[in-house]
Amino acid sequence: MDWLFFGEISLAGLAMGGLYALIGLGFVIIYKATRVINFAIGEIMMFAAYLFLAFAGGMEMSPWVALPLAVLGGSLLGGVIEKIMIRPMLGESSISVVMVTIGIASILVGVVEMIWGADPQLLPSFLPRKPVFIGEMYLAPKIAYGFLIGAALLIVYLLYFRFSRGGVALRATASDQAAAYSMGINVRRVFNLAWVFGSLAASLAGVLVAATGGLSPQFGAIGLSVLVVVIVGGLDSIVGALIAGVFIGWLETVAGAYLGGEYRMPATFAVLAVILVFRPYGLFGTHEIERV
Amino acid sequence: MRIGDAKQSYEADEAILTSSTQKIWFALFLFALLLFPFVADAYLLYLGCLVGIAVISTTGLNILTGFTGLISLGQAGFMGVGGYTVAWLSANTGLPFPVTLLLAGLLAAAVGILVGLPSLRVKGLYLAIATLAASVFLHFIFAEWESVTGGMGGLSLEPAHLFGLTFQSDFGMYFIIVPLAVLMVLAAKNVFRTRIGRAFIAIRDRDISAEILGINLLHYKLMSFALSSFYAGVAGGLFAYFFRVVTPESFPLSMSIFYLAAVIVGGMGNLLGGILGAAFMTLIPEALKLLTAALTPFYPNAPIFMSPMLEIIFGALIVGFLIFEPHGLAEIWHRIRRFFSLWPFKN
Repeated sequence: MDWLFFGEISLAGLAMGGLYALIGLGFVIIYKATRVINFAIGEIMMFAAYLFLAFAGGMEMSPWVALPLAVLGGSLLGGVIEKIMIRPMLGESSISVVMVTIGIASILVGVVEMIWGADPQLLPSFLPRKPVFIGEMYLAPKIAYGFLIGAALLIVYLLYFRFSRGGVALRATASDQAAAYSMGINVRRVFNLAWVFGSLAASLAGVLVAATGGLSPQFGAIGLSVLVVVIVGGLDSIVGALIAGVFIGWLETVAGAYLGGEYRMPATFAVLAVILVFRPYGLFGTHEIERV
Repeated sequence: MRIGDAKQSYEADEAILTSSTQKIWFALFLFALLLFPFVADAYLLYLGCLVGIAVISTTGLNILTGFTGLISLGQAGFMGVGGYTVAWLSANTGLPFPVTLLLAGLLAAAVGILVGLPSLRVKGLYLAIATLAASVFLHFIFAEWESVTGGMGGLSLEPAHLFGLTFQSDFGMYFIIVPLAVLMVLAAKNVFRTRIGRAFIAIRDRDISAEILGINLLHYKLMSFALSSFYAGVAGGLFAYFFRVVTPESFPLSMSIFYLAAVIVGGMGNLLGGILGAAFMTLIPEALKLLTAALTPFYPNAPIFMSPMLEIIFGALIVGFLIFEPHGLAEIWHRIRRFFSLWPFKN
């Protein structure tokens, strides 16, 4: 076995996993606050990445202006979706709400295809191109810097949700909506902000992932990998999303490199199936007790 | 206004068609189905067959999702099992189509039971994800088990045959697909008049309460999975006979979502809704094609926008129905019927 190759692959996988962790975090924030499984998260990422393409490529803005704008656009989209499509579904069965997000995903794919066409596109490169070496192991610079930017946002988020008023409001809403409301927390605003923050994380990750691998209207399929991440980690666990994100990213890349691209999905879904059988609520998820 | 349909026995009250008006309409409907292939042109006939296949599969998914409350993203995978079974059997054994379709349904049901096994431990969305995993694995098997499935290239089939008759044209296939669809919908209707069907509904409404009432959850959940995948398997087999080729891409994940959408648009937990939803969702793309063709002389770019437009309409239908008409087309149908039965009195 070639350890150097394994090391390089693993490193790339871990960096990719860092971005998965970021998307997973966005997913978990939305789930914790609103109990909605957001199947459209991949498409929100895609939308933000296309916005970046429009700002940086079409309008020739500096990438460092385009990036925040695109991320802002993606998070606004999340807020709007929550307001007009998810809010009316409050109290409906979870199947219905999930189907709404699937519908939203389909609408977004259509809109993107209508505006930007169906052909795959390359994002203008904006990350440094100098190769990165860790010891002897080479890491593609796009992946390395993408990981660093993603990790920075991740840390900001973790600190924010731990210490800020908004973070406390979110956690209070997650554990008991009625109690949070009677303590003066504006629960509706928390719902909306959770979607904005969740989409923000997804949008940034979307631009970074698209910068390494290209962009097409099928880009949203990455949402399936993220789904695996959050189920393995536990839908309502931030720690779970982080650990599972890194692990699934690593596994996917290693399986793809050693067994071939067609093994990427089955490998991660095999882990998912094992987890579902032995720990149905994920590694760190809350086990819900049901009473009649 | 409906008058004079007093029931004098329990049998009359429990019948599927209770009034003579209903019986007449139903007979007319069956007659129209029979007459349809003789008057329709090739394109309409093709659509008729597609709708028939979709009705079978949607009814199957409706049993699982609409009546038992178990959401499944694996329907396309089960259809694939059926399709590949038929393709393999017709290539290697030369059995007639009733046998291959039955085997396709049974094999799909067996796979369905296997996939349904986690349903006792996990439910709701976790179950949806488990079925999603199953469909990923099935797709992988279709693509990689080359000696049986032909890999990415897939398998092509001989036309369906029985007693020396071959059903090569859409005209012939119509007479396999539509009677089967009618039969299977009626069978489903009858399931919900028995203990089994009522157990499904009890599980949907509250599974723990159902268990306390003495319904064996694992048993009935698996039965629902088996029944639903049996329908999917038969539909997949018909799909294979109809297009005469199956590839891994014939049964993509988007197809599972399509059938879920058909169940929702039609009306969850309503067999008539399933039929309406299947027909509606199958015909929408065709209507859009016609519209595009009509617009092309004025807007030469219209064909480019067709496929994204379809995605948008598809999504908007799902979202719109769930928000504004959660009981689906079936509810609209009932509203129309109520209008006529209350006609002179209302307003």
